[in-house]
Amino acid sequence: MDALRKIAPPVIAIAVLLAVWEWLVWFYDLPNYRMASPSDLWPAFWKFRELFVIRGWETLWRTVAGLLLAVGFGTALGMVMGFSRTLREAFYPILVGFNAIPKATVVPVIALMFVGRHDFNTVLIAFMISFFPIAVSVSIGLSTLEPEYRDILRALGASRLTIFWKIALPKTLPEFFGALKVAVTLAFIGTNLMEIVEPHGRGLGALFDSGRTNADYPLMFAVLFALAALGIALYYVVVVLERVFAGWAERGQT
Amino acid sequence: MADPTPLVDIRAVRHAYRTPAGPLPVLDGLTLSIPEGRFCAVVGPSGCGKSTLTRLIAGLMKPDAGEVFLHGERVRSPRKSVGMAFQNPVMLEWRTILDNVILPLEIVAPMMPRREKEARARALLALVGLQGFENKRPSQLSGGMRQRASLCRAIVHKPEILIMDEPFGALDAFTREDLWQLMHRLRAEEPFTALLITHDLRESVYLADEVVVLSGRPARTQFTLKVPMPSPRPIDMLYTPESVAMLATLRAQIEIAQGRVPAEPH
Repeated sequence: MDALRKIAPPVIAIAVLLAVWEWLVWFYDLPNYRMASPSDLWPAFWKFRELFVIRGWETLWRTVAGLLLAVGFGTALGMVMGFSRTLREAFYPILVGFNAIPKATVVPVIALMFVGRHDFNTVLIAFMISFFPIAVSVSIGLSTLEPEYRDILRALGASRLTIFWKIALPKTLPEFFGALKVAVTLAFIGTNLMEIVEPHGRGLGALFDSGRTNADYPLMFAVLFALAALGIALYYVVVVLERVFAGWAERGQT
Repeated sequence: MADPTPLVDIRAVRHAYRTPAGPLPVLDGLTLSIPEGRFCAVVGPSGCGKSTLTRLIAGLMKPDAGEVFLHGERVRSPRKSVGMAFQNPVMLEWRTILDNVILPLEIVAPMMPRREKEARARALLALVGLQGFENKRPSQLSGGMRQRASLCRAIVHKPEILIMDEPFGALDAFTREDLWQLMHRLRAEEPFTALLITHDLRESVYLADEVVVLSGRPARTQFTLKVPMPSPRPIDMLYTPESVAMLATLRAQIEIAQGRVPAEPH
């Protein structure tokens, strides 16, 4: 009963959305080359099913690789900035400026710099676009640690490392996972930017691009759906990790 | 009979904070000693450097001048023999109440078997009336209960000195009185030497053997009052004429410390 109550609302919402979409396309009598309808999607999926699996996997692993790099680098940078005020003040303007650059403009630069290394380029863009929220949240989490939290261990002669492991790290986890949820979506955007702007025949972005050149609108919409599905899947992986490692931060829900 | 050898001995300590507007002296020639087993309360106007005092004794800060001794040893850095409790109970939300209380043992006695640590923490939690709450999260407890757990954590490793910085300040009046009585019970079961920073004169008279009034910033020891009553004390002790007289004396000293009344010439 509980499970049903949890699953039913989102399923019904999605069904209604698809129905309204289908109806709009039918009502305005839009041809396939202007707007695909949900009923066109399944044939498109079926027709290119092998490509969807191959390209989907390429997109997924490159996104996850970029995300892992972002977690590692973002956490390290966040720690440096969280513990040292000088370094925080030194890095902040660079970081904000870097984040302000639209990554679509960076894509051709990267593609040119590492010409021919498609996987590397794509992972790099996914990483570049997604480490910022992680670095910021970790640095804020660490620098706003109330002094009393540190003092209860410091007064006992605990080392900085012990204080980090026992207090600072766990206390920052909820912020970290919040940022990771944002980073997941960003990393997908990064991967697809590279795949679409500098097509090299890999990833769902390339499939989207081939749909565009062939005016195969059902295929393009099917790619968007596949991307959404991957995004949702990865997002919920993070949600599960969050439950496991920072479940304590959820206030009693009864 | 002379006082026993002091456990905490603070000699002519001076300290100033660096601020953009120049040095801000907070302690100036403060001298204070607490014999072993004694409960000492420190009262004084707001911002007179009381919290600085706790950080100096805990070794979290070094004074600009003067010396702090603990057990005859000069305090230069933090040491394991200190327990601290603050106005904010500072519970680690990701740990259960039991694991929160165990935390100092993990630092001070890493080799102690987990079973012993748990037994020690459970015994203390039972003593403060928190049996049955060991596996709850801090967020599931009331403010008073969290403060009880915080006191357990402060004494779980049997510190030589328990330093409390307004631990009851954020509690409602009745919970506060409950915890005052609890302090006397704890003292009977788990003897400790204590330094209590407080703004509440009744609290200081009810709990302490000795109340020290600090002057306004920069703080010196302005006045010391002995409370000649054994611990534990009944709560209605506060309404005896002797207590009322002591409270009036302290009140007058605070006014002097605030600079509202000129000090009488000695």
